[in-house]
Amino acid sequence: MKLKAESVGFSYSDKIILNDISLDVKNKEFVGIIGPNGSGKSTILKNFYGALKANKGVAYLDDDDLFCMKANSRATKLAVVGQEDSVTFDFKVEEIVSMGRNPHKKLFDGATSIDKNIIHNALRQVGMDTMAKRQFRNLSGGEKQRVIIARALAQKTDFLILDEPTNHLDISYQLQVLDLVKSLNITVLAAIHDLNMASLYCDRLYVLKNGSVYSSGLVHEILTPELIYEVYGVYADVRVHPITQKVMITYLPNNLKQLREEKVV
Amino acid sequence: MRRIHISTKTIYFLLILFAIATVLISIGIGPVNVPAQTVAKIIGSKIPFLNDYIIQDWTVLQENIVWGLRFPRVALGFVVGASLAVTGVTMQALVRNHLADPFILGVSSGASATATLGMLFGTFSFLGVYSLSLSAFIGAAISITLVYTISRVNGRIDIKQLLLSGVVISMIMEAITKIITLSAPNALGLHNAQFWMSGSLAGAKWAYLTLPLIVIFISMTFLMVQHRALNALLMGDDTAATLGVNVSRMQKMLVLVASLLAGVTIAVSGSIGFVGLMVPHICRLLVGSDHKKVLPLCVILGGILVVWTDVAARMLIAPEELPIGVLTALVGGPFFIWLLKRKSKE
Repeated sequence: MKLKAESVGFSYSDKIILNDISLDVKNKEFVGIIGPNGSGKSTILKNFYGALKANKGVAYLDDDDLFCMKANSRATKLAVVGQEDSVTFDFKVEEIVSMGRNPHKKLFDGATSIDKNIIHNALRQVGMDTMAKRQFRNLSGGEKQRVIIARALAQKTDFLILDEPTNHLDISYQLQVLDLVKSLNITVLAAIHDLNMASLYCDRLYVLKNGSVYSSGLVHEILTPELIYEVYGVYADVRVHPITQKVMITYLPNNLKQLREEKVV
Repeated sequence: MRRIHISTKTIYFLLILFAIATVLISIGIGPVNVPAQTVAKIIGSKIPFLNDYIIQDWTVLQENIVWGLRFPRVALGFVVGASLAVTGVTMQALVRNHLADPFILGVSSGASATATLGMLFGTFSFLGVYSLSLSAFIGAAISITLVYTISRVNGRIDIKQLLLSGVVISMIMEAITKIITLSAPNALGLHNAQFWMSGSLAGAKWAYLTLPLIVIFISMTFLMVQHRALNALLMGDDTAATLGVNVSRMQKMLVLVASLLAGVTIAVSGSIGFVGLMVPHICRLLVGSDHKKVLPLCVILGGILVVWTDVAARMLIAPEELPIGVLTALVGGPFFIWLLKRKSKE
């Protein structure tokens, strides 16, 4: 499954939020969207998954026009893991995951043993199969997020959108969630807040600034001190980490002023 | 939260038994007591084929009381209770909050106001007996839409706005009802202001049952078919959309269903508050939040609750009758406060 979007624009009444965003995600690629708060990371994803309606531009999921798709058929092709849902109603873990089967169900269909298998497998993949009967509300943040991922897996889509899924999670859960997604070997488009996380897991990055694509490319091309300074306004030391072989970013505080100015110049 | 571990099937089985017992016993209770056994026989004698096997050993008076007076009232009570409970579930799915109830959010008052207006001007009189229900439905729809629109802040329902706008809408609507009933006494003598504000099942006739029965049947069919979409809506609008729900269309349908249910119910019983709040909550404690399980349970439990409350309403200060809405408010009010406190702790 691949995604191709061209000149997508979005505005609230007269305030322009997104400006001519073009991006593409190739089959089985893990593409990250980074950028400061308010840059439009989440907004562009919301346009893709239908929570917002783009004012202009087109987006194709394989050959289907994403913006004209019905909610139901979109949900069979594209699953979303958002920021932790605040659910105030009591649902069991397995009931939450079974919602992932909704788009595949016709009006009068009941739950079949195939559905049950899919739900069970999805829970096992995220390591939550022993918690199937537990109340979702009583789980920890990381566990909840894993259940939401299981729900997305139960949708059986080849495309996964992650809308800042690890924002409020402890570091161990952030790693767990992203490791899990990486291991699925499907096409992923993710808005990621933490640049080091983006570096660890993404193949390619799009950088958003003020609602436009500022730059895009392979992770090591993008995560440079210059770009980080230009987009985020902070000085950073960037080097390849000997163990991960990935780019690692260290932000430089004020007392290392001289050092950090050298970096940018 | 601690959960009572009984299987859902057992819960259903026990409650259906309890519902049947409720109907038989409550019909028997009154100034003239009729044993439940006799009630069962009299009802059985009205059913084709079954009546051949029943020996008639009751008096005409008993039959008149059971079939002519009390059974219609109990049946109406059951349907009203079921409808109010299902209205509650529908509105709760719409606003994604436990505290939604047709009475609390001003839907009952809206229905009452337009119903009295309709009676005054005879707007829909060409529809005969259904004119009252139709005008009540319109009022219910207006109130739900107003409250929903006012309480939506940045695409989300704000609970404070929701409750406050509910209060304000019901005050406005009640004021309208009062003005109409007080200034046009003749035509509205039958349905006085008190009826609209605190409800009553007195004077129930078989004919009152038709429309509410049809509406609850259609509504339940729709809601049960859409139970997956309702579940998804409880996860939030955005999430529901990613799970394949056409959110805006579904919300419009829910407004329609809730207004229909509330409208036809209130046209026959006035506003009986808090049933739509209490019953769904108790059902969720029993079987969780899955609408496939919650909805049928609400029908049964809502019916049982209103029938028994009505028994209390007609017995507590007999031979006078208490308005049933007074009793439900007496129980439901504290229940609401308890819910509000519990939710704000979380």
